[in-house]
Amino acid sequence: MPEITRDQVEHLARLAHIRMTDEELDTMSGDLEKILEHVSAVQAAAGDDVTPTSHPIALENVFREDVPAGMLTQEEALDQAPDSEDGQFKVPAILDGE
Amino acid sequence: MSHAEQTMDFAEAMERFDPVLGFEVHVELNTATKIFSSAPNAFGDEPNTNVTPLDLGLPGTLPVLNREAVEYAIHLGVALDAQVAETCRFARKNYFYPDTPKNFQTSQYDEPIVFDGHLDVELEDGEVFRVEIERAHLEDDAGKLTHVGGSGRIQGASASLVDYNRAGVPLIEIVTKPIVGAGARAPELARAYVTAIRDIVKAIGISDARMEHGNVRCDANVSLMEKGADRFGTRTETKNVGSTRAVQQAVTHEIQRQAAVLAAGGTVTQETRHWHEDTRTTTSGRPKSDADDYRYFPEPDLVPVHVDAAWIERVRAELPELPAVRNRRLKGEWGFSDAEFRDVVNAGVADQIAETVEAGASAAAARKWWMGEIARLANVAEKEVAELGVTPAHVVEVEELIAAKTINDKIAKQVLGFVAEGEGSPKEIVEARSLAVVSDDGALTAAVDAAIADNPDVVAKIQGGKMAAVGALIGPVMKATRGQADAGRVREIVLERLGVG
Amino acid sequence: MTETFDVNATLGADELVRLTALQMAERLRAGTTTSVELVQAHLDRIAAHDGDVRADADGDRGVRAYLHVNTDEALAVAAEVDAIRAAGGPEADALHPLAGVPVAVKDNIVTRGQPTTAASRMLEGWLSPYDATVVARLREARLPILGKTNLDEFAMGGSTEHSAFGITRNPWDGDRVPGGSGGGSAAAVAAFLAPFALGSDTGGSVREPAAFTGTVGVKPTYGAVSRYGLIAMASSLDQIGPAARTVADAAALQQVIGGHDPLDSTSLADAPADLTAAARGRDLAGLRVGVVTDLPAEAFHPGIRAGFDEHVAALREAGAEIVEVSCPSFDAALGAYYLIMPSEASSNLARFDGVRYGHRVVPDGGGTIEQVMGATRAAGFGAEVKRRIILGTYALSAGYYDAYYGSAQKVRTLVQEDFARAFEQVDVILTPTAPTPAFELGAKTDDPMTMYVNDLATIPANLAGIPGMSVPGGVVDGLPYGLQLMAPAREDARLYEAGAALERLVAQRRGGPVWAGAPELEKGAQRATTATTAGGRA
Repeated sequence: MPEITRDQVEHLARLAHIRMTDEELDTMSGDLEKILEHVSAVQAAAGDDVTPTSHPIALENVFREDVPAGMLTQEEALDQAPDSEDGQFKVPAILDGE
Repeated sequence: MSHAEQTMDFAEAMERFDPVLGFEVHVELNTATKIFSSAPNAFGDEPNTNVTPLDLGLPGTLPVLNREAVEYAIHLGVALDAQVAETCRFARKNYFYPDTPKNFQTSQYDEPIVFDGHLDVELEDGEVFRVEIERAHLEDDAGKLTHVGGSGRIQGASASLVDYNRAGVPLIEIVTKPIVGAGARAPELARAYVTAIRDIVKAIGISDARMEHGNVRCDANVSLMEKGADRFGTRTETKNVGSTRAVQQAVTHEIQRQAAVLAAGGTVTQETRHWHEDTRTTTSGRPKSDADDYRYFPEPDLVPVHVDAAWIERVRAELPELPAVRNRRLKGEWGFSDAEFRDVVNAGVADQIAETVEAGASAAAARKWWMGEIARLANVAEKEVAELGVTPAHVVEVEELIAAKTINDKIAKQVLGFVAEGEGSPKEIVEARSLAVVSDDGALTAAVDAAIADNPDVVAKIQGGKMAAVGALIGPVMKATRGQADAGRVREIVLERLGVG
Repeated sequence: MTETFDVNATLGADELVRLTALQMAERLRAGTTTSVELVQAHLDRIAAHDGDVRADADGDRGVRAYLHVNTDEALAVAAEVDAIRAAGGPEADALHPLAGVPVAVKDNIVTRGQPTTAASRMLEGWLSPYDATVVARLREARLPILGKTNLDEFAMGGSTEHSAFGITRNPWDGDRVPGGSGGGSAAAVAAFLAPFALGSDTGGSVREPAAFTGTVGVKPTYGAVSRYGLIAMASSLDQIGPAARTVADAAALQQVIGGHDPLDSTSLADAPADLTAAARGRDLAGLRVGVVTDLPAEAFHPGIRAGFDEHVAALREAGAEIVEVSCPSFDAALGAYYLIMPSEASSNLARFDGVRYGHRVVPDGGGTIEQVMGATRAAGFGAEVKRRIILGTYALSAGYYDAYYGSAQKVRTLVQEDFARAFEQVDVILTPTAPTPAFELGAKTDDPMTMYVNDLATIPANLAGIPGMSVPGGVVDGLPYGLQLMAPAREDARLYEAGAALERLVAQRRGGPVWAGAPELEKGAQRATTATTAGGRA
């Protein structure tokens, strides 16, 4: 049975960019273990000879012609931005002053 | 900023180690629209105007693949003599970064559209080196970040501004297999390889291939192994090197730096490194760690691409002449020797000569101007020949002016200088600056007579049969006409007036 | 009801809202009702009985189906339709048969000019600059949009209790859930707050609420309806579908929204079938109905089991051929679903980072963009959303991919093979839609797994991409339950045909449609004015 440690959840939360409190990490590791206990049945259900399915309906070669259309104006693009400057989206510094 | 690291003399490094190279070259395709959205694929527009809801990662948006991007990838596959996958898929590469609007990149993971190709790269001395191509895959580019506050660099910036015009521009990433055996020529090969890729994607018309615009960007992998070792050393990846010259310098620097680390008993850290054009050195980026877990999975919003043999054959039939083939043809047509042609290619003026010949000049004349005065002007101006502002049409015009005896070679050189300075076409310059040679025999005869009168001893020598002395009379005439006389005609008049010849 | 419908009858507002959508359309065409009258009747009923989803639930006995009521625009569109119809001529003749019939839209489908939140704090106040394809098609056909309905945050849940803004009540019993994630749409339809509505179904989110509220819910074939503008949870499973009181109304709505869309790469290019014609039903004689032997009987409420068995017997009596079909992979389907869905969701929801739109939370004392993203996602997402993102991140991680995501994709193949074999023997497959009737509010919020098993019977259709439909089966313990029909991929017409036949059989046996038996509604709280005007453009 899969065991999910708090450290693992912390790592996952970092990958997912979700800040979590200690309490949340504890709850989450318990939840995850419980869910994985149920879903792990999939591992025994299919052998190596089964091809995985990523798309429920098999289609191929769906293309768009190379013609410009449907652009937003700069005003529309920035309309919902939490912060903007000079026609661009503004975000806080990327690195923590290394 | 990190301090400068120790380096070892290159020759010494080559005595102890063999370098192993690998390249990931990102090429921006010049389709009209982006790879998954119908926004224009254009450089330099107002920020955040070439965007659709998809390019901003708005909720509910879906990608649709641009057929032309696939077509271009097939072109590249054929040009690299590679396999084009019968079926390939896209995958999501998950990581958070503000220039990535969906916080995943749509790329190809285990099913690239192109694989197993090769490219024969010619070094400056004509030696051909085969580089094996592992794969080439399609993906979308990220937006552009500008760091504000601080020095404008990412370090110390107080904020960043994001423009998503570039987000979704189609990229094809070309990945080599490890390149071994280049030895001391590794840096030179690095430059030649990236140059060859640039020339190919330009020749087949899939990219504008302007490295200064970031159309072609190179990540260079370098590792060293002790001579005679059979296992590769730890490699570093120097990211986003933006010119062919810089690729050569970056590889040189990494070889020297890693050699110093290894010689001191240290170990090379597997990491990405950043290239600094100003200091011509690399510095450490973030070390690769478990945090780089991209969680690839098949992109559910896009369906597989199936390329049948007929499609590949159609592309093959339409493919323009590749640079290597073209070079062989041009060398024959122009009648250049191996050395002459190689010099032309190395100087990067083969295209200009070809266009000049096409516009009506002889190959010899074209070569004379592009390898001579124009190359000299570019060198003085510290520019690429192509950026100087002198066009093949200008060269043809200069040749016409010489043929019509309107100007001579010496004036022609001056005229080209003025063309480079943006004064207009050669004919306009000759007109505006009154540079036409003095062909009025009356004026010339008067100048010749004056020279004869002033130099009786020279006249005596000539009349005594010393024909070489004629030059001593031509000089004063040229001076009197401020160089605008045709020297040949002056000589004719001198001999005529003296009744000799 | 269809039999006794008189297009010319004089009806009050309470009677108008109880008509089916097709009956409303007929009256509009006959000129016996105007669209403004119809829209206003629904708006008045919403004002009286919907309460305010954002109000404290203790003080609000309303249905709380709508997150946003689109009063002005709906009335404007209705007036336009009325004017065109009154003017007559070619424009009136060209009106869509459903023009003027109001509709509600689940709030994870983007709409210009009115808010779209997906019931998440993350998108509170956000306005989309574009319409979803299905919304564009509603506008083109001139169906007034009454408003946006409540759901579990980002459609993640089976009870609508995970909405960041408030619970929705089941019109049959205000202390019970309406199902989820599309509880708002189903409750609105069941409570006559809309004749029909759009939902989205990833693992049963249209069908389960339909079962819980005594209405019809359809998940079309994957790709039959465009997903462009549906805020994605799991791209390979999501499908927009209709919620309605009758099979014919559902068919009519799918007819409007369905068909090929070049903006969705997974959209089917098939020529659209005439679903409205199919929904006239068929003779049950000769219909081959599959009954799955592998669903765990013990998981189902005894009343639902008994009801199901009675319907199977009645079908047989009516001449249908009942065939037992084996689908051994259904056992693992739930596990596969709860790996694939969170994996795709973890990636789809990565875009909510506070950079380009939506919520942004800056930690105390500022911070780097990484810290802002972490704080934004911590504050903007609810617990269930976080749980699924973390689970999906885990399932896709290096070292676990093959064991979890990879295995799940293989189970998906096996489920498809099970269906393929079954459909060699039968025309449609019949199961109960959900194992239980609607449960009490708060009953399943503690243990996520108890909520997840609710989707047992609905998930296989999403994994295989085939169409499924919940039709009301009857009432147990005073609560409705649903019967699920499934058909092969691209056979939505067959599904509607069989669904209409089953609906008729149920009505015959009960002496009327199930939905007509819903109790009278309680009064709702006064809707706070901010809730209806937030971001709304008049």
